[in-house]
Amino acid sequence: MASQEQLSAIKGAKVLMVGAGGIGCELLKTLALSGFQDIHIIDMDTIEVSNLNRQFLFRQSHVGQSKAKVARDAVLRVRPNISITPYHANVKESRFNVDFFKEFDVVLNGLDNLDARRHVNRLCLAADVPLVESGTTGFLGQVTVHLKGKTECYECQPKPAPKTYPVCTITSTPSKFVHCIVWAKDLLFAKLFGDKNLENDLNVHSNDAANSSEHSDVFEYRKDEDIEEYGRRIYDHVFGHNIEVALSNEETWKNRNKPRPIYSKDVLPEKLSEQNGNMEKGCVTDDVSAMASLGLKNPQDVWSLGENSRVFLEALRLFFLKREKEIGNLTFDKDDQLAVEFVTAAANIRASSFGIPLHSLFEAKGIAGNIVHAVATTNAIIAGLIVIEAIKVLIKDSNNYRMTYCLEHPSRKMLLMPVEPYEPNKSCYVCSETPLSLEVNTHRSKLRDFVEKIVKAKLGMNFPLIMQGASILYEVGEDLEEDMVAIYAANLEKALSELPSPVTSGTVLTVEDLQQEFSRNINIKHREEFDEEKEPDGMLLSGWVEPPVDKDKNKPIGNGESTSNALPAEESLEAKKDVTIQEISEVTEIATGTKRKLSEVSKGTTPDHSGLSDETRNHNQLEKLDVDDEDDELMISDDWESLTKKKRL
Amino acid sequence: MDGEELTEQETALYDRQIRVWGADAQRRLSKSHILVYGIKGTVAEFCKNIVLAGVGSLTLVDDRVVNEEALSANFLILPDDNLFQGKTLAEVCCDSLKEFNPMVRVSVEKGDISTFGVEFFEKFDVVVISCCSLAKKKLINQKCRKLSKRVAFYTVDCRGSCGEIFVDLQNYKYSKKKLEENIDCQLEYPSFEEAISVPWRALPRRVSKLYFAMRVIEGFEDVEGRNPGETSITDLPGVLKLRKELCETNSLNESQIPNALLERLLIGTREYPPVCAIIGGILGQEVIKAISGKGDPLKNFFFFDAMDGKGLIEDISEPNTGS
Repeated sequence: MASQEQLSAIKGAKVLMVGAGGIGCELLKTLALSGFQDIHIIDMDTIEVSNLNRQFLFRQSHVGQSKAKVARDAVLRVRPNISITPYHANVKESRFNVDFFKEFDVVLNGLDNLDARRHVNRLCLAADVPLVESGTTGFLGQVTVHLKGKTECYECQPKPAPKTYPVCTITSTPSKFVHCIVWAKDLLFAKLFGDKNLENDLNVHSNDAANSSEHSDVFEYRKDEDIEEYGRRIYDHVFGHNIEVALSNEETWKNRNKPRPIYSKDVLPEKLSEQNGNMEKGCVTDDVSAMASLGLKNPQDVWSLGENSRVFLEALRLFFLKREKEIGNLTFDKDDQLAVEFVTAAANIRASSFGIPLHSLFEAKGIAGNIVHAVATTNAIIAGLIVIEAIKVLIKDSNNYRMTYCLEHPSRKMLLMPVEPYEPNKSCYVCSETPLSLEVNTHRSKLRDFVEKIVKAKLGMNFPLIMQGASILYEVGEDLEEDMVAIYAANLEKALSELPSPVTSGTVLTVEDLQQEFSRNINIKHREEFDEEKEPDGMLLSGWVEPPVDKDKNKPIGNGESTSNALPAEESLEAKKDVTIQEISEVTEIATGTKRKLSEVSKGTTPDHSGLSDETRNHNQLEKLDVDDEDDELMISDDWESLTKKKRL
Repeated sequence: MDGEELTEQETALYDRQIRVWGADAQRRLSKSHILVYGIKGTVAEFCKNIVLAGVGSLTLVDDRVVNEEALSANFLILPDDNLFQGKTLAEVCCDSLKEFNPMVRVSVEKGDISTFGVEFFEKFDVVVISCCSLAKKKLINQKCRKLSKRVAFYTVDCRGSCGEIFVDLQNYKYSKKKLEENIDCQLEYPSFEEAISVPWRALPRRVSKLYFAMRVIEGFEDVEGRNPGETSITDLPGVLKLRKELCETNSLNESQIPNALLERLLIGTREYPPVCAIIGGILGQEVIKAISGKGDPLKNFFFFDAMDGKGLIEDISEPNTGS
């Protein structure tokens, strides 16, 4: 119950919430009821129908409006006399700089992507403002507290990168449905409806030089061509011809099941325009849909090969008939019904060819759209826990700060499991002073590679500045002079050793993101060779902890957006069954090296059990809070090993 | 909902949660009927959760008039005088809850629930009661158990920064997936009365202190004829006396029920909103599990204490019963 000290701290507190979605709605409501009087909230999204099952501050009539603003209005009705300031904006905007963050007593995150979380983490460190982080997926959730210098920052334990697949798996040897989805979405859909100038690996294994010119014609729609004929031509090419070409390479199939080519005449012998007499009537509604036009009602149904083929052709037809203007500019959008139908159908036909089980549109959409499954109850629980931590932070009750995990299956009787925070990771490249070094072939790697793969991807800088000594090699900004912009653009294409200020072994580069007030020196070491499989980037950053990476990581093709805090989309299917997934990055974090707890001396290295299930890994870094006597003294239980052995896998 | 399939509207609205528990479970939810008695902050949270989840119907019973205190932790009540003039708690909450999901039938039932016959409870699949005396809890639990239809029974109470949930699913069969197989599970739940009658010395040594503390306060209110929550710090001497008696009867060391804990529970009827959200969320999850038949239900008490931050399950039943 809130004591006088707590009440007074709450009353005078200025709080920043980042995110007004699932967690945000619950959090704003609980903060207001708890007596907070000055709340600011940033969210760039607008309201969608699928939000309404849990973002209870929103109504059907609000669809399309700003989440931050509608949330504010809704809560003001319950607490008219408090101040809630909404920002319908991206938290990465320059106005949300360190000075902005410094105004707040605590920052509360309710975000859904890693990128934004890292950004906020850096700003909180730079501003020295406490951060309470959180995340939920289905029935799982967690709340963590981060104070500069006292606890780990959000990035002290690296978060796993989003799952990617090797090119050849996607283009030639799919073995899972998700591979077919990625093929259908990023290759076929992109080829047919997206920007024609973009590189596309669709025919990557076509060795026939004579054919390559023919192939450049295959996907192009010829003027006045019968649309059904065009559709069948594409169908036969990708599901028939291409498979036959792949089959001709015996080596590939030595230890694998061979795919079978599929031709439209075998699956749909008669012309569709004769079969579906009503086709020309088309749809009266705004939503152009192949399912609707074919009378397929239930998105949960798994269609037959014939039905998938019909959807494929019909979707293609509808794109050309009703949405011709968009062709050439389309990117896949999970809320684009026709696009989802096309991708589902294409993925299913390919799956059929390779003997992979077919999936419903509902399932396919979840995978293709990286949809995070979510319920209201978990968000409500997490919001309550966030407020409890926030209040502790405000009264500086540092001995009682806790990281709390909300579990689906109880662990030692606990559904809500509090753990003491750890001290900062001394090797953390964000909050520590660790020097970094980069091994790279300075003659081969270009500045562009360095910027994309290291500075942006690994170090998470959005607006980088790269200097060698006093020379600026590259920067991003709004008020740069034209000739500087040209120089930087030219620099990107140069090998490191050929830059105006050459970068060679022994050079120290300084990389900065001014907005995040994040700066790092990187010592460059030249290295000739890199292992294509293990080091596909051709660069190795060290003095920095690698996130756990999936085994088959070659030249990666990802499955869309980086929402790595979510379950990989493929696994969202599994959510309907028992959840025993190893990739839940929000709940479990791999212990790396010795950690010291905040108030107690460490008992030694936490063991590495990366092969085990979530709960077991939870335990590997959990401290047992055994309450043994009436003083409620915290005791550390011995013997991690015996405890972990008891847990089921 | 009449047909077997989910409507297009339902599929669109419930998309994200169908991905959690499946279309089948969603269908079962849409056919379920929930009864709720005693609405304060925690129960308001629970109601919000299950309405969003898409239950078939929710019936509210609480004839108390809206007052200042009700406003403090119940976000379903807007401080606009015009809206709640002359209305009962149930009526005001009903209006708000309807807005969260037009597909759920939310209604109010008036009257003294202890006088409702067994056949009244037969209409429901789930009964949740709060702000209830010990006697009433036992009575309603018994009525639910008398029915041939299985009615899931829950009590929920928050006192200050602590919360307690009790679950009685009677004889509960469900199946779950383990690796690739479906296994059938069965659990036997004791009634509330049976559970609290289990001698304290028969319970596992590490049972949450909150369990005992709640029983002491509950016992105190019972003996003194108080309304639920109608206690304050001035009652501490009387409470400590009762603790002594109970501990002696049960051969339990008094130190197992610390003074400090009892003091914190003598907070009266004020609620702590973060705890309401947490308990309301856990309860929501449990009810959804019971209706959908998916997932291990908790057996049979859940405790949360904001002071240590643990959310614990305790199995308070005779040693021979259980799964």
